[in-house]
Amino acid sequence: MFAQEFMRNALLAGTGVALACGLIGYFVVLRAQVFAGDALTHVAFTGAIAAAAAGVDPRIGLFAATIAVALAIGALGNRSNADDVTIGITFAWILGLGVYFLAVFSSGAGGGNGLLGARTLFGSIFGLGAADARLAAVIAAAIILLLAAIARPLLFASVDAATAAARGVPVRAVGLIFLALLGATAAEATQAVGALLLLGLLAAPAGAAHRLTPNPYLGLALAAGLAVLATWAGLTIGYLVPKLPPSSAIIAVASAIYLVAFISTTNLRELRPRLQLAHHRQDRELD
Amino acid sequence: MSATPTTAAGRLDPSAPTRRDLAAAGSGPVVTLEAAQARVGGRVVWSDVSLEIGGGEFTAILGPNGSGKTTLLRVLLGELPLLSGRVSVLGRAPGDAKRQIGYLPQRRHFDQGVRIRGVDLVRLGLDGARWGLPLRRTGRERIADVINLVGAQEYAARPIGRLSGGEQQRLLIAQALVGRPSLLILDEPLDSLDLPNQTAVTALLARICRSERVTVLLVAHDVNPLLSYLDRVVYFGAGHAAVGIPKEVINSETLSRLYGVPVEVLNTADGRLFVAGLPEAPAHHHDRHEHHA
Amino acid sequence: MLSPLPFAALSIDPISDLQQLTAFPFMVNALEAGTIVAIMAGVAGWFMVLRRETFAGHTLSVMAFPGASGALLVGLPAAAGYFLFSGGAAIVIGLASAKTGRRRGEESAVTGAVQAFGLACGLVFLSLYGGVLAGYENLLFGSFLGITRGQVLLLAIVAVLTLAFFALAGRPLLFASVDEPVARSSGVPIRRLSAAFLLVLGLAVAATAQITGVLLVFALLVAPPATAQLITPRIGASLALSVILGVAITWVGLALAYFYNHPVGFYITTVAFTVYVLARVARALIDHPTLLRRRPRLAEARV
Repeated sequence: MFAQEFMRNALLAGTGVALACGLIGYFVVLRAQVFAGDALTHVAFTGAIAAAAAGVDPRIGLFAATIAVALAIGALGNRSNADDVTIGITFAWILGLGVYFLAVFSSGAGGGNGLLGARTLFGSIFGLGAADARLAAVIAAAIILLLAAIARPLLFASVDAATAAARGVPVRAVGLIFLALLGATAAEATQAVGALLLLGLLAAPAGAAHRLTPNPYLGLALAAGLAVLATWAGLTIGYLVPKLPPSSAIIAVASAIYLVAFISTTNLRELRPRLQLAHHRQDRELD
Repeated sequence: MSATPTTAAGRLDPSAPTRRDLAAAGSGPVVTLEAAQARVGGRVVWSDVSLEIGGGEFTAILGPNGSGKTTLLRVLLGELPLLSGRVSVLGRAPGDAKRQIGYLPQRRHFDQGVRIRGVDLVRLGLDGARWGLPLRRTGRERIADVINLVGAQEYAARPIGRLSGGEQQRLLIAQALVGRPSLLILDEPLDSLDLPNQTAVTALLARICRSERVTVLLVAHDVNPLLSYLDRVVYFGAGHAAVGIPKEVINSETLSRLYGVPVEVLNTADGRLFVAGLPEAPAHHHDRHEHHA
Repeated sequence: MLSPLPFAALSIDPISDLQQLTAFPFMVNALEAGTIVAIMAGVAGWFMVLRRETFAGHTLSVMAFPGASGALLVGLPAAAGYFLFSGGAAIVIGLASAKTGRRRGEESAVTGAVQAFGLACGLVFLSLYGGVLAGYENLLFGSFLGITRGQVLLLAIVAVLTLAFFALAGRPLLFASVDEPVARSSGVPIRRLSAAFLLVLGLAVAATAQITGVLLVFALLVAPPATAQLITPRIGASLALSVILGVAITWVGLALAYFYNHPVGFYITTVAFTVYVLARVARALIDHPTLLRRRPRLAEARV
């Protein structure tokens, strides 16, 4: 298996992307910003297709769109009174635009065989050349390094924004940098598992890590590790069963890991949230 | 318990119907508890509580956080069974009397996004629990009447999310009243209101109590806005309750006896009461406003 | 997905356009299906928006994807798969939300993971069925070309059932959605009603997904009710408006997709988005007329 170059490329790119997704995903879940990840999946698709329809390398459109929108979400975030409804309708429209661009592109000179849509939606990790794979790995490494640089203030700001601000943490700036990193990660993940499924790689390993431990550093390591595990397992399955798109295998494994983590902690936790809730209600009721 | 209605400050209110009048009008006490004991989440909240509230009375349930005030409401609404003792509401078991109780739960604030009109919210109090299509638009007059009663005519047609706290509270009171309940139960209705609104809403409740002959039972943190209207106080603390007219209950001896530690009740120059020395947070204005800052 | 009729063209005369539109049976089917779906979505979506449960609607629609592709794989009509999986997911969500403790971050992680898993499964089924390229566009982004009489009939039956639910339980559901504590103490069975609503929503979502595709359900399920609720707070008027807007958006979207060579999902979302934005802007201007007076340029640019 490792003799095949496409497999080596896939593993290289996949590992890098998985590490980034696990680490970034941990913070995404911590900061309750999963919706932003969801929105970015739509933008990733449309950005890539729009770029292709304009005759440009789709990756440029991909990164530009995701990072720009991520920053916009950060900038508008608290200020706007955009509720779930507005966000949902807007991103549905953006996805619809992507569909339009896809039709334009497919009927144009460059993309008659309709592969671009499938590759953007479902990932193309087995189709990566050596240079592409190396680039993806390098970008992932850059994301991870930047994240490491802001990790501690980010953690502080995510858990207790008010106190962090009082202690001099530039909460807003850190939040914006994080969102930009999220955008870049989403773009990376789109190449690996596709826009449709990237939320799984962000949410599932991180969700499992949150379930398994309250310790943030352990959780971060766990999230990254589980993401990589899912990726390797998924790629192996994808190699062994050629008809199966590798992205679906990766996400299926990641979800299975989350499910296991969920179940194995639920019996202990099922009581605890109940007790906590009861406690809470107690405190309120006894007024 | 005197026959002439006196307020806690000792002022006479000759125009109000006396308790004897209302008792004669009604048919016996509205709420009765005998040696009642309640348990929540494995903990006995209070025990050996006996009280009787007559028709048309304005009663406050007081006590610090965690003392069991809301627990009493839950018992009266039939949501929590007693561990021991007896309870009857309007002559029946608590669950059976639901139709005749108007209930205002704690801290309901509708945010900007809720675009249901006030008048529709009041209507829900009338027929919201009924199945089937609302084919006949009955009750329009009653709804208008009750909205006038609480003084919300001007803004009842606006989306409730856009109204101020005091305005929302008035409409919620209207909702609780629209079904002509005999008993109105309010859980900390003054909680999130500023001082002028507290005064206004209290006066409104007292007016409703008299004019509509509704028994009003409300949980409060601070007795002062209510003092001049109260007929009775139920003061929870240390697992028991002291019941009686305000003067009898909110004084140093009674509360010290209730808590088993020295408690001092101070009378300020303008007639307000300040309770100090309680094991939990003392009940005065400032505490609450900080809490809800 | 693209219009196969190069000779169809939009003209000035609306009557002739309408005649062209209804000339072919497949288009009549599409219009009928679209109308039925828009009515269902207009009502179910109205409550969904009121209850702030739009994310649940999205999850249910995403779960319809493996249902549809799985049905194709085992030889059932896709429509059956839509309804079964969406309905099943509704039941699971209903049960799960009754049990788990609700912490915001975790809840959305679960939803995100579940959605991704559903999509992954759908992808697997589709690959096994005929390779990934076989019709993912129709399932994900909608189609109006292959709607059969049988499908229209099934949609009509489901619509009648869901509308009957709302006729019966609409009022208590409204009460429970707007004012839960008082509704509970008035005797409304909150939990059972919420679960029943979720199931009905699942059916409405499955129906809508057959027209707009699984990923664009928001356009019909959320935009018309949200717009209607912006326009008027009166309950009856807002419900009616939601349905009317839904039907109008669907017809315009279908007509545009018929006359011009582009996918129906794009048109419906664009029309829906435009309508919603107009209503939003109008509402902002009405509520804050100072915006108009003090900064006329800005208002002009917006409108």
